[in-house]
Amino acid sequence: MELTTIWFLLVAVLFTGYFILEGFDFGVGMLLPVLGRDDRERRVLINTIGPVWDGNEVWLITAGGAMFAAFPEWYATLFSGFYLPLLLILLALIIRGVAFEYRHKRPEASWKRRWDTAIFVGSVLPAVLWGVAFANILRGVPLDADHEYVGGLLDLLNPYALLGGATTATLFLTHGAVFIALKTVGEVRERAGALAVRLGVAAAALAVAFLTWTLTIRSSTAAVVFAVGAALALLGGLAAARVRREGWAFTGTAVAIALAVATLFAALFPNVLPSTLDAAGTLTATNAASTPYTLKIMTWVAVVFTPIVLAYQGWTYWVFRKRIGVAHIPRH
Amino acid sequence: MDALDVARWQFGVTTVYHFLFVPLTIGLSVLVAILQTMWHRTGDEKYLKLTKFYGKLFLINFAMGVVTGIVQEFQFGMNWSDYSRFVGDIFGAPLAIEALVAFFLESTFIGLWIFGWDRLPRRLHLASIWAAAIGSNLSAYFILAANSFMQNPVGYRINPDTGRAELTDFVAVLTNKVAMITFPHTIAGAFLVAGSLLVAVAMWHLVRNRDSADTPAYRFAATFGSWVTLVSAAAVAITGDIQGKIMTQVQPMKMAAAEGLYTTESPASFSVLTIGSLDGSRELFALKIPHLLSWLGTGDPDGTVQGINDLQAQYAAQYGAGSYTPIIPVTYWSFRFMIGFGMAAAAIALLVLWSQRKGRTPTSRWLLRAGLVMPLLPLAANSFGWIFTEMGRQPWIVFGEMLTRDGVSRSVSLTEVLTSFTAFTLIYATLAVVEVKLLLRYAKAGVPDLTPDPDIDDTHDDAERPLAFAY
Repeated sequence: MELTTIWFLLVAVLFTGYFILEGFDFGVGMLLPVLGRDDRERRVLINTIGPVWDGNEVWLITAGGAMFAAFPEWYATLFSGFYLPLLLILLALIIRGVAFEYRHKRPEASWKRRWDTAIFVGSVLPAVLWGVAFANILRGVPLDADHEYVGGLLDLLNPYALLGGATTATLFLTHGAVFIALKTVGEVRERAGALAVRLGVAAAALAVAFLTWTLTIRSSTAAVVFAVGAALALLGGLAAARVRREGWAFTGTAVAIALAVATLFAALFPNVLPSTLDAAGTLTATNAASTPYTLKIMTWVAVVFTPIVLAYQGWTYWVFRKRIGVAHIPRH
Repeated sequence: MDALDVARWQFGVTTVYHFLFVPLTIGLSVLVAILQTMWHRTGDEKYLKLTKFYGKLFLINFAMGVVTGIVQEFQFGMNWSDYSRFVGDIFGAPLAIEALVAFFLESTFIGLWIFGWDRLPRRLHLASIWAAAIGSNLSAYFILAANSFMQNPVGYRINPDTGRAELTDFVAVLTNKVAMITFPHTIAGAFLVAGSLLVAVAMWHLVRNRDSADTPAYRFAATFGSWVTLVSAAAVAITGDIQGKIMTQVQPMKMAAAEGLYTTESPASFSVLTIGSLDGSRELFALKIPHLLSWLGTGDPDGTVQGINDLQAQYAAQYGAGSYTPIIPVTYWSFRFMIGFGMAAAAIALLVLWSQRKGRTPTSRWLLRAGLVMPLLPLAANSFGWIFTEMGRQPWIVFGEMLTRDGVSRSVSLTEVLTSFTAFTLIYATLAVVEVKLLLRYAKAGVPDLTPDPDIDDTHDDAERPLAFAY
């Protein structure tokens, strides 16, 4: 296999990992005002992701770094072209990350309320905007022959991309609700389980619409298979959520997110950022790539270190595998 | 004002701001790990108290370092996309490796450490803080290797067809002589901040409350912090000296700009204070130490140090007409502030050690005040060091290969950059206020009381026991 194809796959894997892991973090953040009726319940919700959210976010940083290293043209065009959405994502991730750490540092209710808002806003914005961004990557954007983005903000806010944003947001909401049901005990668990089913129906409808639309824009056999798989996994997850088989429900939503991301990347390949103007402006895995020497070094680094990272991150989830409830929240 | 200026200001502001938190993350992670190791080895509760106490301050700071760090990675693509295209083949690799090798380690194990007090065996919990500390320090190395390529590009060629820099020797990039010396210099600077923080907080409690049960803990922290500060100051000075000699070789203009040395001199004198004319072309007043600059720059008291005007003429001939001179007052003064503030912290550390000689407890209010400003000094020194080294590289973004003005994103408008610059400045300023207030609050609260919480007693069975720590 070509090195550029391997790196296309690796970038896809990194974003898949990011959306599975931070997907439920975002879901928990968005559900904070809905499922957390008092401070103790909200603390239960936040603590389901407390030990892991930071490690989950590194998947994004690694994906960004991998794009920069392996496909500098893709990184440069995408990040400068999607300027304002990325700015909003950054601002959201800033206030959200600080909020997790600072919320419990003072006892005043007003202080906590403010950080709760930060967690909510900081979760909604990226959950929507990542969908908008990836839909636009797939749909293509106006690029000139030098691969420079020549569109404006409104080009990114087309109906297809907005549907993409709604899809990721509801998928992450469902994924988050399922995760909460899996990680808590008591009333929070019951409410989360019931809500997961209702959210899941909306997510399934949106996901089917979005993926179908996606396949009409560009497609491949693999993309169709993945899309069907994503829909089946989501339905399976929902069925499991209905009968409160929380582990299976979480597996279902996680696989659904993975296959939905896989659909996008499989439909996109071999392009990485198609141009809606001049065909010469289209960025592909070949013309956006670094030299074979750089890719070879990066491949070795990835081969050696990715399994190690997966092992210790997986172990973290094992360490914090216990469910928590309001009784576990210390007074301070 | 154009998009280029605003993009530069944004990079300067967000980077200096990010680096207010990084030194504490790098230094304090290791110091907290050492404190916890001492507790583990001796079982003495004072070390556990200090671990938890400084650990809290460390985490308040850590959160800010993490979230401001993401901006750094995205910013190259957003504001400096032509730069990213030009160097991506080389520059992206250390960034990606940093994330995969160092940042995952740091972020995952910090979570294990924060929440793992009651869930991990003691040894593993201790190993977690060490893993996080190693991750932090390792990440500095990769970032500095990337930065050093901008100061002294090595291990690459320019592809004549694409006009881009391509990696030819990755080992050369990682062992760039600028990186090899900048790394220990930066780490030493980080420990200077961390040691000073230990001293400042401990001194405040020592002087205010002389005979508390926790006095031995604070005494230890003050002494330990002072030694860390002194050793770091020595390391900063030694590595800085070597760095100066390397800089004289690879970026002679930066050395000349640091000194405001306009004409080539052999031997060259070190300027203690030079006031130049406003156009920066000649000096009005100067206080100098003969031979010192020659010795600092070349290791030979009679060595030749090139001057700004000669280098400018040489570069104009080599690279075409244009100015190749950084803004001299900025480089000249930031260089001096860097050294001055760093050494001032070391001086205070000496006084703190002296005040505690032979078991004395420090009483001087004056010393208390000095101790309180102490962490701000190396923090300022770190900022000025970065301002110096980045401004001293100008007008280049990659020395000798690409001008800063050619690296900016062509597709990003002035309005967009202004929006992001304004947004970051406002949010960073707000968070700075919040962060400093929290730090002060928790610093004042002092070391924790370790008598067990009545919540966590034997009446609860294990499944119902509250967590030792929760957000």
